[in-house]
Amino acid sequence: MTLSNPEPVGEGDPGATALSAEAGAVAARRGTPWYLRLPIISHLRSSVGLQRGMLLTGTVLVGILLLTALFAPVLAPYGFAETGVDGTRFGTQQPPSAAHPLGTTVTGFDVLSRVIWGTRTAVAVMACAVAASLFLGVALGLLSGYVGGWLDRLLVMVADAVYAFPSLLLAIVMSIVISGGQSNAWGGIAAAAISITVVFIPQYFRVIRAEVVRLKAEPFVEAAKVVGTGHHRIMGTHLLRNATRTLPLIFTLNASESILTLAALGFLGFGIEPTSASEWGYDLNRAMADATSGIWWTGMFPGIAIALAVLGVTLVGESINDLNDPRLRTRRRRRTPRRTAQKQVRA
Amino acid sequence: MTATQNQAPRLAIQGLDVSFATDAGDVHAVDGVSLEVAPGEILAIVGESGSGKSVTARAVLGLLPETAESSGAVIVSGTDLVGLSAARMRALRGEDVSMIFQEPSSALNPVFPIWWQLGEGLRAHRPKITKKEIRAEAVRALESVGIPDAAERIDRYPHEFSGGQKQRIMIAMALALGAELIVADEPTTALDVTVQAEILGLLREIRESHGTSIIVITHNMGVVADLADSVAVMYHGRIIERAGVRELFASPREEYTQKLLAAVPHLGRNSAWTALEPAQQQAIDAAEPVVVAKDLVIEYPGRMGKPAFRAVKGVDFQIRAGEVYGLVGESGSGKTTIGRAIAGLERTTGGSLSVLGHEMNGMREKAFKPLRRRIGFVFQDPATSFNPHLTIEQCIAEPLIVHEQQLGPVERGKRVRSLLEAVELPGTYAERYPHELSGGQRQRISLARALVLEPELLIADEPTSALDVSVQATVLDLFRELQTRLGFAALFISHDLAVVDSLAHRIGVLFRGDLVEDGHGPDVLQRPTHEYTRKLIASLPVPDPIEQEKRRVAFAAEWGRSTRA
Repeated sequence: MTLSNPEPVGEGDPGATALSAEAGAVAARRGTPWYLRLPIISHLRSSVGLQRGMLLTGTVLVGILLLTALFAPVLAPYGFAETGVDGTRFGTQQPPSAAHPLGTTVTGFDVLSRVIWGTRTAVAVMACAVAASLFLGVALGLLSGYVGGWLDRLLVMVADAVYAFPSLLLAIVMSIVISGGQSNAWGGIAAAAISITVVFIPQYFRVIRAEVVRLKAEPFVEAAKVVGTGHHRIMGTHLLRNATRTLPLIFTLNASESILTLAALGFLGFGIEPTSASEWGYDLNRAMADATSGIWWTGMFPGIAIALAVLGVTLVGESINDLNDPRLRTRRRRRTPRRTAQKQVRA
Repeated sequence: MTATQNQAPRLAIQGLDVSFATDAGDVHAVDGVSLEVAPGEILAIVGESGSGKSVTARAVLGLLPETAESSGAVIVSGTDLVGLSAARMRALRGEDVSMIFQEPSSALNPVFPIWWQLGEGLRAHRPKITKKEIRAEAVRALESVGIPDAAERIDRYPHEFSGGQKQRIMIAMALALGAELIVADEPTTALDVTVQAEILGLLREIRESHGTSIIVITHNMGVVADLADSVAVMYHGRIIERAGVRELFASPREEYTQKLLAAVPHLGRNSAWTALEPAQQQAIDAAEPVVVAKDLVIEYPGRMGKPAFRAVKGVDFQIRAGEVYGLVGESGSGKTTIGRAIAGLERTTGGSLSVLGHEMNGMREKAFKPLRRRIGFVFQDPATSFNPHLTIEQCIAEPLIVHEQQLGPVERGKRVRSLLEAVELPGTYAERYPHELSGGQRQRISLARALVLEPELLIADEPTSALDVSVQATVLDLFRELQTRLGFAALFISHDLAVVDSLAHRIGVLFRGDLVEDGHGPDVLQRPTHEYTRKLIASLPVPDPIEQEKRRVAFAAEWGRSTRA
């Protein structure tokens, strides 16, 4: 992860001209309407070529994921736990047909409905996990970095210990502790979210702490101290707002990781009961035996759903990372009016 | 010196054009520059930051970033460099052209010994060279730049050398392959004045012994006067004036050059103390002191098992009400530490430091907080001393929010605008963000922030060292004007004697934590008592080639050959 600092524009720096122009670009952006300055939209506007393609693909995939989750009741032909309509059973392991475009599972669920309802679980867990770890991680990191001393050492040690654990193992232990084995829809989602949260807190904690430790020595923080500004104000106004620039990036990368962790938990059987909510990892687990007997549809579609969701979120995160860093961002090729001028001279 | 006739120029730049592709469109950094450098000539390129002088020099070595596009011709010893293949370019670098960078500590690789680094270039150009030969070459190279015990010291690592020695090593590297043209990008900016004099002497000596052509990029007109044969003045990507150094300083042609030269502070020309009326002088001498330091000691705790580092070793001085006290010294002399201690950013370890009647030794933040409103602080780097997320208005209003909570937002806005007016900036700037202003404007805002509570004491830590000469002059004028009007006492910290003299009523010279000289400006400058002060004054190059040459001869007579120090 690159934590790029605002570099002073200096003469000796070869990128100095580029950097000062950067400042000009920021200034120019202030005049544009607010909706064009939103994170992903402003990134789209400043991107070109392959990077733009990546970001666009990611945004479209994430958009589809979110819309599907929102309109799941409308889109899905059946409920996620339905095995039949009006007393007639769907039948188990039916190949794709007009009634069941993606077939049915070994328990007799409609695969298409399961995949569509699964987006809801994925999005809910993603949102809960990332939000919870974000707030806790940022608060702890800010405090630890600013206060320093023994508190800092203690928190860093704990975070390192959590970090050193295999994250999936930790998530399994947490989900057992939290849900105690049984789970309804929201209980299961909360359990999965909290177990993922525990794994992610150290990441936010470390990033924010490192930024705060660096910023603490910056002249503008010292300027506030010289004036006599209180600790709360220094932390809230001066440190927090400057330390959070890298968060959108970790945010998106963690979101994709949380989908994977949720799927892994479900696959291992620590996830959500199939009757409380649809969950792709669980469906994959049940489809394991089918794969060898030529029943491909039960496993493939949940698998594709996981892959596309992770791909979409990761693409958005990675492109934002590249675009935020002026050294990684590709720019439009310069138009060369001089060459045409020379041609004219020759002609 | 005059260029030898009937000889091809060592470097010829013809119609060089460099543009950078950026988010805000193209930036035209160099716009049709043409110049020639004769063998053995030292050319100084001067100009403000952003004038394209560094980009021009880097184009000579093909060291432009990927986003740059260049056209025109750069001919070094008969080869055109623009559009040359990477392999040909590498062969040329080192043997024909070489470069010396601004910051010697970051230009050397910290994990390799010196001989290895010198050998890098040799290996690249002579693949069959043996280790023994490299070491022999390295010893010869270090000896040629005046590093004593070269045979033993080639095995040392960069951190074991001082800044000046590292710059000598960089010069040795540039010379090792026999480069005929050296590009030096601000070679002495990161060095102290006394070390600068040595490096300048070394460059001059190299030119004489090797016949090397040197391009010096600098903003310091004193360096130009001391070293250069001819000068090119750059402005907005163009060379606007090219002349011999004596002609340029004696009769600058362009208006911009005249302004640039007028802005350079000249040691001893306009002392702040002599500018005062005798009555004012007496008033200041009789005023009550606001800061009294007695035997002040400040230590930084050492790492495990190591003794503490003593940054300030028993210093006595006083700053009286309404007086500007200038503190001069090299880097590491403890001048910034003293300033920070007065502002309560650093703890004192011994002696006594009384600020506005409050004892700082063993101070508690709670007890000191009410005093903070009576002290203002201006930081060195205007780029980093503002929170980038706050508008200018919020930045200036910060002290008001902390200390005068009863003020409403409307009144705060009024105060901010009146201050903006005082520092000669339009009121509309209140809505802007710090990065939208230039360095000089930001330093004005910094002054405004320091003055918003009408302090009795202002501490300015190298407030102009990050600014261009012409901008520095206007900020100093503003400082002088505000000080006369508001009458606050000030501690002005700087490494530049000429700047301090033009501003401070009294000057203190710090040398490795000791105050070696303390007195009124003219006394310190004309009748220095301490050896170090005399050396400091003598090594400061004055922006006048004829006077500087006399000073150089006097310096050599007193301190021996400067390069073998």
